[in-house]
Amino acid sequence: MARALITAPRTAKRGEIIEIRTLIAHPMETGHRNDGQGRLLPRDIIRRLRCDYDGERVFEAELFPAIAANPYVVFTTVATASGTLSLRWEGDNGFAQTETVAITVT
Amino acid sequence: MTPRPSSIPRRRLLAAGAAAPLALCWRPAAADAAELEAAIRGFAGAAPVQAGRVTLDIAPLVENGNAVPVTVGVDSPMSAADHVKRIALFNERNPQREVAVFHLGPRAGRASVATRIRLASSQQLVALAELSDGSVWSRRVDVIVTLAACIE
Repeated sequence: MARALITAPRTAKRGEIIEIRTLIAHPMETGHRNDGQGRLLPRDIIRRLRCDYDGERVFEAELFPAIAANPYVVFTTVATASGTLSLRWEGDNGFAQTETVAITVT
Repeated sequence: MTPRPSSIPRRRLLAAGAAAPLALCWRPAAADAAELEAAIRGFAGAAPVQAGRVTLDIAPLVENGNAVPVTVGVDSPMSAADHVKRIALFNERNPQREVAVFHLGPRAGRASVATRIRLASSQQLVALAELSDGSVWSRRVDVIVTLAACIE
């Protein structure tokens, strides 16, 4: 499991736009770099980040090797109802990780 | 940094290190620009690409190309009838034109995304937004990179 950080408000007013900041520990090896001895280092990146709000997709990001190591992605969503935000990262070599955060909407 | 095997002569290692950035970074400029336009066309499809409505926030002078903060925003009410569907970021002179593609919808509330990217050299960045009515808007920014990420 890679270390993942999600910063999102725990509570929000109904209809409020909340900002979700995500960071996950990952080298994002580009596949264009060599190891100093002429061998190309194979690509190992996170290709996709999805965010589901109570099962409904609210955000998706396709990432490419030009994203810096430890991908940091910030996006917004409207707080519609109390529930869970589920974030899923998927990448090369079968990388997959899901984290959830609960939000209370008043 | 990982320790190097001691059997490799120091001089050869230094020579290889000096040559590698050149080999990785050198690309004909015309080919890059053509590839960039092709990538933009691939995103926009048949829609004409219009300048405006998109903001691309990035430092004009980047000291470290390994992690460059960038924010893309679009002037949009983000309602069910009028919202941003996709935001894409392309570059001119990295090994690959694509940087990221973000899928949004009315539930985003605000059309704004931020991330950190790699820049292999001083170059042009293009942010594109596809709206729910099918129109495509763009913003181009030139950035100068002093310490390049020659790794993508």
